[in-house]
Amino acid sequence: MFLQLFFAYCALMIVASGLLAISLRNPVHCVLMVLVLFFHMAGLYLTLNAEFLAAVQIIVYAGAILVLYLFVLFLVSLREELHLNGFVPNAWLGRIIAAGLAVLLLAIIPAFILGEKGEWTVEAVRQVTHTKALGQELFTTYLLPFEIAGLILLVALIGGLVLARRDQAGSGDGVDPEPATIGKEVSQ
Amino acid sequence: MIPLSWYMALAIILFCIGVCGFLTRRNVIVMFLSIELMLNGVNLNLVALSHFLDSMRGQAFTFFIITVAAAEAAIGLGIAIALYRSRRSVHVDTINLLKG
Repeated sequence: MFLQLFFAYCALMIVASGLLAISLRNPVHCVLMVLVLFFHMAGLYLTLNAEFLAAVQIIVYAGAILVLYLFVLFLVSLREELHLNGFVPNAWLGRIIAAGLAVLLLAIIPAFILGEKGEWTVEAVRQVTHTKALGQELFTTYLLPFEIAGLILLVALIGGLVLARRDQAGSGDGVDPEPATIGKEVSQ
Repeated sequence: MIPLSWYMALAIILFCIGVCGFLTRRNVIVMFLSIELMLNGVNLNLVALSHFLDSMRGQAFTFFIITVAAAEAAIGLGIAIALYRSRRSVHVDTINLLKG
């Protein structure tokens, strides 16, 4: 019973803060609403016995990625962004597309059938602790994807540095260390 | 015990909120935030399925999705800063140099 109530609270907060995040005019408020959303997302991960991912959600998403967004928001001017138009010809068209997609996907849910069960039952995970279980899976079965993920982060680090670098009158290679905020955030 | 369909319904609603934000907003940074919302919807689905299927696969995938989201945010916001430096605006409709 408590679990259901907790899920209902988290779901309500996620939907409400998500809707506010896409409808508020001030981008800083949007980012703060997404922060609230991420915290409740971490709560939901806890109900799914994914403690490590809940911690990663808060540390990486709320701690690093959203701070990166806030940095960029403070670098670009806020006043110019207050006047907005729709991405599709009419804003209502976009809303109708999203609502139609939601109704379609929700209608499909009852037809979903669970597949074959794996070997990591709740008891098995509890025996070796969740972090160790996830680490075993990551460093054995998914070793190559893990290395590629590290490479992607390196590419993002270099790309962020190069893109945000201020052009010093056509001078060359990365001598200006000043706009390095983006690279630092990623390396966390 | 919470049934799987609740998690999937919430993930779908979160994903569609992200789609709605991506389609209706024009500010590049809020569009990136909408993409984060969509990725979070997918993450929730993966974690819920990995819990109900007694498997670690979904959580490993979530790990990689978080990595890619961080990389995407860094590159996208770097592009936003570069665009803002050269055009003094982050609205998509004013960025039509490649349109011909």
